[in-house]
Amino acid sequence: MDKYKDIANKLRIDIIKMLEESKSGHPGGSLSACEILTALYFKEMNIDPANPHWEDRDRFVLSKGHGAPVLYAALAEKGYFPKEELNNLRKIDSMLQGHPDMKGTPGVDMTTGSLGQGLAAANGMALAGKLDNKDYKVYALIGDGEAQEGIIWEAAMLAAHYKLDNLIVFLDHNGLQIDGKNKDIMNIEPVDEKFKAFGWHVISIDGHDFEEIFNAIDEAKKVEGKPTMIIAKTIKGKGVSYMEDQVGWHGKAPSKEEAEKAMEELGGVLDD
Amino acid sequence: MTKMMATRDAYGEALKELGKVNEDIVVLDADLSGSTKTAVFKNEYPERFFNVGIAEQSLMGTAAGLATAGKIPFASTFAMFATGRAFEIIRNSICYPKLNVKIAATHAGLTVGEDGATHQSVEDLSLMRSVPNMTVLCPADAVEAKKSVIKASQYEGPVYIRLGRSKVPVIFNEDYDFEIGKGVEIKAGKDITIIATGVMVSKALEASEVLEKEGISARVINMSTIKPIDEDIIIKAAKETKKIVTVEEHNIIGGLGSAVAEVVVENNPVPMKRVGVEDTFGESGVADDVLEKYGLTVENIVNNVRELVSK
Repeated sequence: MDKYKDIANKLRIDIIKMLEESKSGHPGGSLSACEILTALYFKEMNIDPANPHWEDRDRFVLSKGHGAPVLYAALAEKGYFPKEELNNLRKIDSMLQGHPDMKGTPGVDMTTGSLGQGLAAANGMALAGKLDNKDYKVYALIGDGEAQEGIIWEAAMLAAHYKLDNLIVFLDHNGLQIDGKNKDIMNIEPVDEKFKAFGWHVISIDGHDFEEIFNAIDEAKKVEGKPTMIIAKTIKGKGVSYMEDQVGWHGKAPSKEEAEKAMEELGGVLDD
Repeated sequence: MTKMMATRDAYGEALKELGKVNEDIVVLDADLSGSTKTAVFKNEYPERFFNVGIAEQSLMGTAAGLATAGKIPFASTFAMFATGRAFEIIRNSICYPKLNVKIAATHAGLTVGEDGATHQSVEDLSLMRSVPNMTVLCPADAVEAKKSVIKASQYEGPVYIRLGRSKVPVIFNEDYDFEIGKGVEIKAGKDITIIATGVMVSKALEASEVLEKEGISARVINMSTIKPIDEDIIIKAAKETKKIVTVEEHNIIGGLGSAVAEVVVENNPVPMKRVGVEDTFGESGVADDVLEKYGLTVENIVNNVRELVSK
């Protein structure tokens, strides 16, 4: 597990460096998903960074597209593109758009950013896999605020109706959205019961605990005839003390001083 | 007697043929498969047909995902819901990544008839035309509709195909050559050009015959690709006939009339008139009655041409 913890920590360092450099982006929801993306990209997913369009690959859809920094950090760490690219996040002429662009960035399986749409696209990928008798899995990550979108529930019905057991979705349940706490803005609870009622296999875990993440994925892979929703309880801003569970760090980049403090906590070094 | 056939029926036929020759074709519908005619495909290839229920956002998003895996999805529902309800999914999940999704939307325009204003899309061409990477087709009859669907399946990228509910005259022969991006002069003329699209093409032809008897020689162009619009044929018409009337079953804002005006103004300004829905909602009625009330008639085309010619 130490190996994965190290990778998740590296992703956090890269996220902070990226955002400090671009002076723009979403740290909170990127930091909350580091363990999930580490588990997927560095253990679970059957992928080949040298061949990003390999048709038998497992897919990943970051439906909460504003979490792009954690996806870019994972893809760079995995070798889809050089790490130096991370310095160009959100800058003009960069392949690293503010939200994921599948045509511009190697390894990005779906263009996302407008909330809710990624889950529907993941459904399409999973349907195609069934149609072609392929073994690949489709993974997706949705946000808890994102679960307020109507299309999420349209897609939830479809995935169950078509028995998409090749679809494994994580809900990054950090409890916060831009305007505040989910429960104050628009309560989504009981979100586990909702997905169960929609016909999903639901597993609730600690989204920062690798053992729980791996076990949940193993369980999901064994489920037949149903999609799986892994509700991952997470902490927004996880790993950077002053960002943790703070709504203000949804979409704000750290200053140089703040980034340096984060580096101290994470054991990283800011580039000049 | 002119043969009558709805363009949506031609869509069903085209899908059936395509399903046979191309394994990658998949079809999605949102609980309207009997009306959109995707049921014709469903009956032949049930394993490649997906009903998503009454959920147009899911319809477009799922189609996008299928396209990422090499499928050629045809997503169908009424034009109102396809382009209105699901607009942003079309924009962000289909057009921005330029995915190979075909949106074949039926029951477009006022000719939905009895269902009334809620179902009469008079904005869909405008909406679809304004999205980058989108190709917009509006076939005039069943022959062209079928050819459009087949050509769209061979084209790589998003395509919007506007289809109608009501039976319309078949004006083209089977050997008619449809090409995406090409307008076609279907009647020669030198005094004025009528550029029409969709179900209004046959009415434009009728109007030209009425005008001919009055000594007005009207060229008629079938503009079945709204985007990319055929600039050459418009500029040529502007130069040669010096006057243009556009005719469409759509709001005069944002559709064919606007597209033609843009080309004319930038290249060879000439006087124009736009015949279409005059920035208003429709209402219930038999299709022909609705067309009549909202000015989508041979008579109104003739009047507009007369007025422009006499200026």
